[in-house]
Amino acid sequence: MIQKELKKLVVYGAFLVIILTPMLGFRSTTFEPGRVLKILGIFMTILVLNIVVKFIRSQKKDDGRKKTPWTEVVRKRINRYPKVYTLGGLLALAFAFPMFADNYMIDVGITCLIYVCLGLGLNIVVGLCGLLDLGYIAFYAVGAYTYSLLNLTFGLSFWAALPLGIVLGMVVGCIIGYPTLKMRGDYLAIVTLGFGEIVRLVLNNWDSLTAGPNGLFGMKRPALYYPSFGEDGFTWVTYYLKSLPSLYYFILLIAILTIIGVRRLDNSRIGRAWIAIREDEVAAELSGVPTTWIKLLAYALGAGFASVAGAFFAAKLSYTNPNFFLFMESCIVLCIVVLGGVGSIPGIVVAAFVLIAAPEVFRGLENFRMLAFGGIMTTMMILKPEGLIPASRRRRELRADQEPPPKD
Amino acid sequence: MAELLLKNVTMKFGGLLAVDNLDLEVPSGKILSLIGPNGAGKTTVFNLITGVYKPTEGTITYNGETLNGLHSNKVVSRGIARTFQNIRLFNSMTVLENVQVGFHCRTRSGPVRALFKTRHERQEEKDIILKSQEILDFFGLVGHQNDYASNLAYGEQRRLEIARALATQPKLLLLDEPAAGMNPKETAELMELIIKLRDTGLTIFLVEHDMLLVMGISEVVTVLDYGQKIAEGTPKEIQQNETVIEAYLGTGALSKKKKPEQQKNITRSRQHD
Ligand SMILES: Nc1ncnc2c1ncn2[C@@H]1O[C@H](COP(=O)(O)OP(=O)(O)OP(=O)(O)O)[C@@H](O)[C@H]1O
Ligand SMILES: [Mg+2]
Repeated sequence: MIQKELKKLVVYGAFLVIILTPMLGFRSTTFEPGRVLKILGIFMTILVLNIVVKFIRSQKKDDGRKKTPWTEVVRKRINRYPKVYTLGGLLALAFAFPMFADNYMIDVGITCLIYVCLGLGLNIVVGLCGLLDLGYIAFYAVGAYTYSLLNLTFGLSFWAALPLGIVLGMVVGCIIGYPTLKMRGDYLAIVTLGFGEIVRLVLNNWDSLTAGPNGLFGMKRPALYYPSFGEDGFTWVTYYLKSLPSLYYFILLIAILTIIGVRRLDNSRIGRAWIAIREDEVAAELSGVPTTWIKLLAYALGAGFASVAGAFFAAKLSYTNPNFFLFMESCIVLCIVVLGGVGSIPGIVVAAFVLIAAPEVFRGLENFRMLAFGGIMTTMMILKPEGLIPASRRRRELRADQEPPPKD
Repeated sequence: MAELLLKNVTMKFGGLLAVDNLDLEVPSGKILSLIGPNGAGKTTVFNLITGVYKPTEGTITYNGETLNGLHSNKVVSRGIARTFQNIRLFNSMTVLENVQVGFHCRTRSGPVRALFKTRHERQEEKDIILKSQEILDFFGLVGHQNDYASNLAYGEQRRLEIARALATQPKLLLLDEPAAGMNPKETAELMELIIKLRDTGLTIFLVEHDMLLVMGISEVVTVLDYGQKIAEGTPKEIQQNETVIEAYLGTGALSKKKKPEQQKNITRSRQHD
């Protein structure tokens, strides 16, 4: 068992080294080879930790007499709540991240988290409901522009504009979704692609409203309000999230809420209906699922999540323009869903980091960046076509109802 | 009293007359079978009843209310459920989830309740799981509840389809060749199951090629050939009906005994080919 894991470690390590070593030779103004080693280090640490946890969990009780009591306690704890520990560790890491990262890294982290939200939203449409959507970034644009316009023209705060943005995103989702309800596969992909481009072109050409290609700028950042008891009594203080770490924590919160939301939807009556439609639409309809309505719901909710991410994006940059919402972006989000494992939430989170962080880190390599991107995608599809972390519905069911009692 | 009533129902696919002016009555609480050679139009009848196709002509009523033009899911919520000739399960879902999907039309929780996990939603989910497990228990599948549907044995998949249909709490159950591909032992078990279901008050409408099953449990048998009803009666009557034998064995098999009128009937139906 431990040998197998070590072997894996060596193989993965070698794989990483092979991918990363050519980068060591490159020199450019913005790219330092040291970063490659850092990545390698982080990956290896994660792998080693993984092995340690697996090792502890695998220890059989029979040879327990040789063990010190505390390892036994740890083993039991981890076995009983494996998820709590993994999640706790990840959360701690995510919260601690801005403390040891430089501003550039934090910025990359923010981008990654935005894409986590986008990936999870698209996961509803593509992953759960099985509707191929190549224009998803349009809803991201709707969110960004709704906040920008509401803030610039009416001075609405982020929090006031957010619900409106979500509603508008959902409406646009339905508008795009409705005519495509009877389509499947290729046709659906082409039509959604077209709609995505239409939205972008409208933004680009409606000069009087969107300022065209120049974009909109000067939006306020999201703010927090807290009470203060100063000399002039009780007042509300407005604190704008301007620093990168504060924005990072804000999007981290949004991402966590998105994960919880998508997870709850996935586990609900509606989520089951989505998957049923993905698996066999006719059978779903004939099992009493109103497929038309449920598919529209997938479009609307997916769009709603993208809209939140878009509003944050515009607020963070305090700037937005139509060229942020190119078809390429839809592709990247789709790649995140496919690479992560269709329908798998942890897979999508990991994939967002792999696909967004990796090209960012290699940004100094300019054109080679996309090459690396393509290389990673191709390698993945050959090695693990079902995605990084394939969705497991069985595991969840086991947990939900039939958690086997610990054998003590 | 007839629960389901088909009146002058005709279905054309282009030039092909798949169902030809069919009158059919499915009486409440009985087991009724629809048989006929391959391509006779049996599955098409099911598709018409469940709203997959709209009949070219004719009306379909259920308990006096017309079903024409209803979406399939509405037909299901009216209390008509079905299974498929070629098994159509949700393969990447677990056995339990497959049945849970069937409860969709009998439950209410929408996305907002799911997002906020309200008490109502949690209670409903709990109920669905319990009721689904009850159904699975009835079909002897509860031990497989966490397996993927695609990993079940063939006979089990057939039973799971019926289980999923039952989850929609139908009063009329349409079974399209439920015994197809089953061995004799499995078929015998299925027979018992169907009888048990009927005894709970369910009406069963069965399409089946396995004559042992059909003749063993049906109260009424209707025979279809080239979309036309060529005979109707008790299993005994049908077994002795010459038109039926002829339809199954081909024209000419019994031509010596054939009455000229029936002969005409059959040749006419052949023209639809
Ligand atoms: N969607 C369709 N489009 C065109 N023709 C169809 C369609 N569905 C069925 N048919 C035709 O209608 C006729 C009746 O088909 P149906 O599937 O109802 O037969 P069946 O009695 O169920 O046969 P089997 O015993 O093989 O299942 C066949 O000739 C078939 O080819
Ligand atoms: Mg058939």
